[in-house]
Amino acid sequence: MRLLPFLVSAMVTIGVVFVLNTQLSIGSTKSPKLGYFLSPQQGFWKNAEKVNTNFDANLVANELKGNVDVYLDDRLVPHIYADHDEDAYFVQGYLHAKFRLWQMDFQTRVASGRLSEIAGADKLSIDRFFRRLGMVYGAEQTEANINTTNPVMKATVDAYTAGVNAYLKQLAPEDLPFEYKLMNYAPELWTPKKTYLFLMFMSYDLTGHAASADLQLTNTRDFLGYDLFSKLYTNQQDSLDPIIPIGTVYQKPSIIPIKPTNADSNYLMHQSALAFHNIQPITELGPEAPNKNNGSNNWAVAGAKTKSGRPILASDPHLGLNLPSLWYEVQITTPTHSTYGASFPGSPAVIIGFNDSLAWGVTNAGRDVLDYYEVKFKDSAENEYWFNGAWKSVSKRKEVIKVKDSADVVEEIAMTHWGPAIYDAHYQNAQSKGRNLAVKWTANNASKGVETFYQLNRAKNYDDYIHAISLWTCPGQNFVMATKSGDIAIKQQGSFVARWEHQGDFIMPGEDSSYDWQGIIPNEENPTIKNPMRGFVSSANQKVTDSTYPYYLGTASSFPLYRGISVNKHLTTMSQITPQDMQALQTNNYNVFAATARPALMKYLQVDQLSEDAKRMVAEMTNWNLLNEEGSKGITVFKIIWDSVAEAVWGDELAGSDLPLTKPEAYVLLDQMLKDSNWSIADDIRTKDKLENFKDQVNLGVENATKKLVALEKENKLEWALYKATRVLHLTKIPALSRMNLPIGGGMNIINATTENHGPSWRMIVHLTDEIEAYGLYPGGQSGNPGSPFYDNFINYWAAGKYYRLLFLPKEKLVQSNRNRWHIQFKTT
Amino acid sequence: MKTIISILLCALLAYAVGIYGNLPWWSFVVTNLFVAIVIPQKSFHSFIIGFLSIGLLWGGLAIVIDQGNQHILATKVAIILPLKGSYVSLIVLTSFVGALLGGLASLTGSFIKMK
Repeated sequence: MRLLPFLVSAMVTIGVVFVLNTQLSIGSTKSPKLGYFLSPQQGFWKNAEKVNTNFDANLVANELKGNVDVYLDDRLVPHIYADHDEDAYFVQGYLHAKFRLWQMDFQTRVASGRLSEIAGADKLSIDRFFRRLGMVYGAEQTEANINTTNPVMKATVDAYTAGVNAYLKQLAPEDLPFEYKLMNYAPELWTPKKTYLFLMFMSYDLTGHAASADLQLTNTRDFLGYDLFSKLYTNQQDSLDPIIPIGTVYQKPSIIPIKPTNADSNYLMHQSALAFHNIQPITELGPEAPNKNNGSNNWAVAGAKTKSGRPILASDPHLGLNLPSLWYEVQITTPTHSTYGASFPGSPAVIIGFNDSLAWGVTNAGRDVLDYYEVKFKDSAENEYWFNGAWKSVSKRKEVIKVKDSADVVEEIAMTHWGPAIYDAHYQNAQSKGRNLAVKWTANNASKGVETFYQLNRAKNYDDYIHAISLWTCPGQNFVMATKSGDIAIKQQGSFVARWEHQGDFIMPGEDSSYDWQGIIPNEENPTIKNPMRGFVSSANQKVTDSTYPYYLGTASSFPLYRGISVNKHLTTMSQITPQDMQALQTNNYNVFAATARPALMKYLQVDQLSEDAKRMVAEMTNWNLLNEEGSKGITVFKIIWDSVAEAVWGDELAGSDLPLTKPEAYVLLDQMLKDSNWSIADDIRTKDKLENFKDQVNLGVENATKKLVALEKENKLEWALYKATRVLHLTKIPALSRMNLPIGGGMNIINATTENHGPSWRMIVHLTDEIEAYGLYPGGQSGNPGSPFYDNFINYWAAGKYYRLLFLPKEKLVQSNRNRWHIQFKTT
Repeated sequence: MKTIISILLCALLAYAVGIYGNLPWWSFVVTNLFVAIVIPQKSFHSFIIGFLSIGLLWGGLAIVIDQGNQHILATKVAIILPLKGSYVSLIVLTSFVGALLGGLASLTGSFIKMK
């Protein structure tokens, strides 16, 4: 033996193994373990699925009560046929895990404040935010409630959980999903709590906007003063076309919330003091706030308006566009029901879909169900706080955050009468300004939401639908439905706070109970309409009612105005409607806002005073056909001009704050331009010797916009799709795993509400004929594996505004369908 | 002949231990070492045997998988790593990483037997 060469060679070999088996730091991210990652037998190559993979399988599961047959169609949609309901959910869990494991695991880790565990200390502020908001607390409340009061739902979620885990237990290490290999961690067993955490995350996504909006609005009011604030952030929407038609009569309210006598001085017009902590505030970024435009369209037309004489229902929830998609299509057929639609990987049953009697869809209600209360702690120990004239003890909730390559971080959260003290001496962000703030949020109460979907999956008629949604608390939704028997209806349902006007728009005083919620509006008083005269029901996140509804709905800025106008305008004039007409409407690009705003701009514009480039751009805008089409330049020009004019009008008032302020809504400016040419806000307050008006500001805005537009023109980015650059982002935001720069039109205020990374996340149209005729798709694919041809195979079709015919058949017919591809058989032992 | 047998044996054993995902991905280091002891060769020769055996195994497997997958995943990974989206470069890198370590393992083994 040659000792020296051996030792040298051995050490080099060990060294190379070590390097190839280590995650190296590259900037702020870490590389995969390169040797492992590249290994064709263990690494990412194992995820490079054969394009003609045969998904046939025979599986044995002793958890099952009977046998289950799953047929996968040509789009990899499973059609589950089970003899027992619980078996169907077991298999749904198994299939969710088989095709979407990483995503389910990742999303629930985010929801429960466990991102640092896999991504390191970088993500700590996000984890701390979710813990302090009460995400884990809320999921625990729901779990405890369901375990003690609801044996059917417990059995359902347990069966689902067992299905996920049955897949996990047979999963060989080399077959782990791609992302685990890339980021070097492993999945853990599923639990019912993870299902509830996932649903908590949906509550956050759809109502959590208030968690940042309430702070920002308070800061904006403090900066501007209440008088100026109320001019710029008016709740008056002149052109509102509410979900429940104007003129509907509402019953007398059973709760009449009383505004505290000192509310004007101590709350509304209150100017908050600056930071009072004698410690330096810790500035945490927290997660990105949920998208303000998390909204949706849904509608149903009665048989009187359709060609077939049967209702048609349409639903397209607008959410962040991600890969793997939030949605997973499935058919579930058991002796009790047969249902098809989009499900959430992470939760049993179908969320938006139809069964053989009824179809349903949802849009976000947008009502404010999250409030902040400012609390006064006795001392820095935060063991007592001042409430109703005495020091009251808090309970401390301990949350341990594990951090990759670092020590655990322990959150001691003070639980008050209101809820968790999210911001205090230990946790602040730029907007909380050193205040001690407790958060009161309906999502932190136990939820029965999972049963709503369970019941909707089985609903046969209007009464079943009303019963199913009566269990729904958070996030508040507009549930639309249509039945084969010819009924259509829509109801806004959730736990909504009976508020006095402006209650909870800003941070509220928390030293006594006078600002507390005075009740939850009874379900019977939530706005509902069934079979209206006009022959359709619809919602697009606008205000649910006009001002005759006896409860305060919240700041108007929470309710986008124009999509609803557009939907109703089209539905009113349409007749002899077919599913193809509904497809055209869901993908409609008409810009109803620009239809009013463009003439308003032109009314004030003095074209002769413009530069040559500006004249050219204005011509581009005026020649535009008002459609937000992929290749349109007119919409890009209009958008940038409008934004520049708005900036010219109120940029001066909002300038100079060291905090980000809420931008006023476009309708505020437009309504003023339409009726009042001398709006005081138009004056530039920085020019003391001159009084500017709309004419000045429109010309200034156009010139400013022209500079940007000419620059865009040089980059060849004036065409709408190129400017907007719609993308469907992988959950890690890695571009290679995402689909960038999609050729698609649409945008804000458009029925086809596709913006940069947000839009119609599931388009569904259901024609309630004897044999249901349904169409749908989502921008993704049934497989979560980036190495599968089924990863993103719907995206091009989706971008082109096309639809798939959904296969919803009884077992005998499905087996014989020429779209049936594979058979997975589950046998009990 | 001995060379070819060594290469085939190395590749075969490396493939066999690679099947078990519970074993570390670098288990072929041990099998290559073992082959180099059992079938002694000169040092440089051993290195080439180890290099070729794992290089061909990893490269070959990667090519077969990539063909079956029509480059879907390799193209994405070749953007992440970054190899300018070239699946060919990714296959070459895969083959080279395996080959290098395979060669070093066999080289180390060759020093044990040599007098």
